[in-house]
Amino acid sequence: MDGYAFDIAHLLSGSLVLVSFMMIYQDRIYALLNTFAMQAVVLALAVAWQAFIQGAPHLYATAAIALVFKAMIVPWALHRMVARMGIQRQVETVTGVVPTMLAGMGLVALSILLMLQLTAAAESALAREDLAFALSVILLGMLMMVTRRNAVTQVVGFMSLENGLILAAAGAQGMPLVVEISVAFSVLIAMIVIGVFLFRIRERFDSVDVETMGEFRGDRP
Amino acid sequence: MIAFAVCSVLCLLGLSLAAIGMRDIRAASAIVYGASGVLCAGLVVVGLRVLATQADAESMRVPVGLPWLGAHLQIDALAAVFLVLLGTGGAAASLYAIGYGRHEHAPLRVLPFYPGFLGAMTLVVLAADAFTFLLSWEVMSLLSWAMVLTHHREEETRSAAYLYLVMASLGTMMLLLAFGLMAGAAGGYEFAAMREAERSPGVAALVLGLMMVGAGSKAGLVPLHVWLPVAHPAAPSHVSALMSGVMTKVAVYGFVRVAFDLLDPVVWWMSVPVIVAGAGTAVMGILFANVDADAKRILAYSTIENIGVIFAALGLALAFRANGMDVLAALALTAGLIHAMNHMLFKSLLFMVAGAVLTATGRQDLDALGGLIHRMPKTALLALVGVTAIAALPPLNGFVSEWLLFQAVLQSPNLTQPGLQFLVPAAGGLLALAAALAAACFVRFFGVIFLGRPRTNMARDAAETDRWSLAAMAGLALLCVLAGVVPGLLIDLIAPAIDLVLGARMPAQADNAWFTLVPVAEVQSSYSGFLVMVFVAISGGAAAAAVYRFSSRRTRRAPAWDCGFPDADPITQYGAGSFAQPIRRVMAPMIAARETVIMPPPGDMGPARHSVVTEDLAWTRLYLPLSALVGLAATRLNALQFLTIRRYLALVFASLILLLTGLTIWN
Repeated sequence: MDGYAFDIAHLLSGSLVLVSFMMIYQDRIYALLNTFAMQAVVLALAVAWQAFIQGAPHLYATAAIALVFKAMIVPWALHRMVARMGIQRQVETVTGVVPTMLAGMGLVALSILLMLQLTAAAESALAREDLAFALSVILLGMLMMVTRRNAVTQVVGFMSLENGLILAAAGAQGMPLVVEISVAFSVLIAMIVIGVFLFRIRERFDSVDVETMGEFRGDRP
Repeated sequence: MIAFAVCSVLCLLGLSLAAIGMRDIRAASAIVYGASGVLCAGLVVVGLRVLATQADAESMRVPVGLPWLGAHLQIDALAAVFLVLLGTGGAAASLYAIGYGRHEHAPLRVLPFYPGFLGAMTLVVLAADAFTFLLSWEVMSLLSWAMVLTHHREEETRSAAYLYLVMASLGTMMLLLAFGLMAGAAGGYEFAAMREAERSPGVAALVLGLMMVGAGSKAGLVPLHVWLPVAHPAAPSHVSALMSGVMTKVAVYGFVRVAFDLLDPVVWWMSVPVIVAGAGTAVMGILFANVDADAKRILAYSTIENIGVIFAALGLALAFRANGMDVLAALALTAGLIHAMNHMLFKSLLFMVAGAVLTATGRQDLDALGGLIHRMPKTALLALVGVTAIAALPPLNGFVSEWLLFQAVLQSPNLTQPGLQFLVPAAGGLLALAAALAAACFVRFFGVIFLGRPRTNMARDAAETDRWSLAAMAGLALLCVLAGVVPGLLIDLIAPAIDLVLGARMPAQADNAWFTLVPVAEVQSSYSGFLVMVFVAISGGAAAAAVYRFSSRRTRRAPAWDCGFPDADPITQYGAGSFAQPIRRVMAPMIAARETVIMPPPGDMGPARHSVVTEDLAWTRLYLPLSALVGLAATRLNALQFLTIRRYLALVFASLILLLTGLTIWN
């Protein structure tokens, strides 16, 4: 049972990293949103599996939140907004896809090296692998935020980063307040999405490219 | 005893708060200064009692400050020595200020800070953990900064205060690092824990270096001295007296406490930078004092010189101790501490003289003064005692401490390291040069201010200063004479402190005939200030009697220096610049002195002009480039204010990756 549980948990966390990489090479916003929804589904599965093997029923709530909110509502809302507001559907990147992918691999290597070293004293191999994967997802999410110009893709990058946090919180056995944390992050994401779209930055700035937002700040000399 | 000392500190701090409320009381300054003086006298009594009874260290833990640490206070022999020093200086300055404060045009700008400053200095001496020490050190710096700013409408004062603040921050940061290193990873911030801690010589050397910068910037070691000649004179004179006479000694206390009491191990080569910095500081300080023409700046530069002498003595003591020669180390450390005590006495006295002259004439540039011995005879007499003492002439106290220091220097052949055998006599040579230059400097100081004819109307119309000021100056002058004539008492008094940190002391001096000092052995050297005084008195009296007896008693009046200029202007007298010129020319490269003479062409009736510029090389070569660099970096980094959100995120991301990579490699 142990080997079996470990393999499936490993597979699901690994898939999460894989989906993070898939998000990096999407060059259309719709495709990116779909990939993100897929990542949320994988996260929900991974958390549910953790709930099952740890015998922690409250994690099912986290999984449900991930599935309903992040895999359905947010992508659907973003889809609608992108369509209705006529946002440019191309993802504007700062550097090419290949260097970004290479950097991503470096980050995964870094997080695995670091986490396996730091948690050498921990007994559970499962938690160690899980933490390494979670850190990779977080770093990949940040990488995405840094290498994309478009506000929508930055929001998606942030949500992907947050998926990594949830994975880490779910993987660490006995971590308190996992459900509350996931709820809080969901609310935060909702606020950011609302901040970006409800306030119609597109109307004010004619773009949701965050590079152009800088030019309208009063403090530039 | 400690309870009494702590009560005094609390009273002083409370007095600061009370002074804020005394805005409308006419006698406010008399009350505040009087109470401060009484409390300081109490501190002297506490210190003397601890030293005289050779009592064990008394400590106390007050539950304020950091919750797991509290404030540890302790009074041991070393602290008691500095309590006596601080109390004497504080009491004299307070007594002086009762009179001097009346002439201040804005006394309320000083009153709330003055007692607190005294209290904070006392607390630095009493502190027995790093947190209390640093906190009181900072309070001391801040309150003295506020008093430097008293005449804040003058641009020079503001820039001096700013410079002081920057240097004080630098110093405290170094102290913070030094104490952090001493506390080690375990974080034992009590001094008792630091004494026990084990550390490698490398760490100890680093701590000593940090202490030299931290305490040295407050005391005025070259090249950290730049704030001192501008900030000390900017304050009112009684505050200058405290800052120069007492606060620099609190910095010396910090260094002694760490280097001799807390730090272990000290290897011989660690004493080298202390000796070099001390001797270099002594010479540079007194050189600048010789060419400056402002009375209070001269005194501030001379403070730098004396701090150099003290640090040289401390370095010598470190060298002897590292070689296991504890008695010789005791000799050098005694010389250092006695010199600290003496410098407090005569430097406070001289700053008070400068203040009295400033009050009487409104001027402190030497070339505006002159002939004050006729207008202010009592001040002049007391000033004469002060300059004789600071010029290290027997039988006054300055000679005693310098003589002890040279006795220690002469023992340097006993040192085993060739490096030190070579270095110490060289440093001794520099110290001798500094002592000679100090004598020249104070001949000039006294001569130009008090002798000759008045150079301005202000000097001509001066009046004697008030009784309070005279009483304070007379008290200090008396102590100068006493410490010079019976130095053995002082040496025996501070012996417990030397014993505490070195485990050895100088031979007891009390039983020697004629108050003679015998630092090592009678066959080697001995000095009796008392006999010298008797000799000076007898020979001087006999000479005076002979002159009066054998010369014509009739007073003759004739034109002075009537060599074709019957109406010579007072400005043609030998002045400050004239005294400075030979030394300035000889030492020109060290003080970057440049003279320019502009001669009018033949036939032109215009005057020729001669101008002299000196500059502090530390300032132009070290501080100005450094500040330009900081300015440049600030301008460049300004671009960081105007990045896009994505770039800020990228910065955060990059630093995170950097830290994670560092962590990975570290592991």
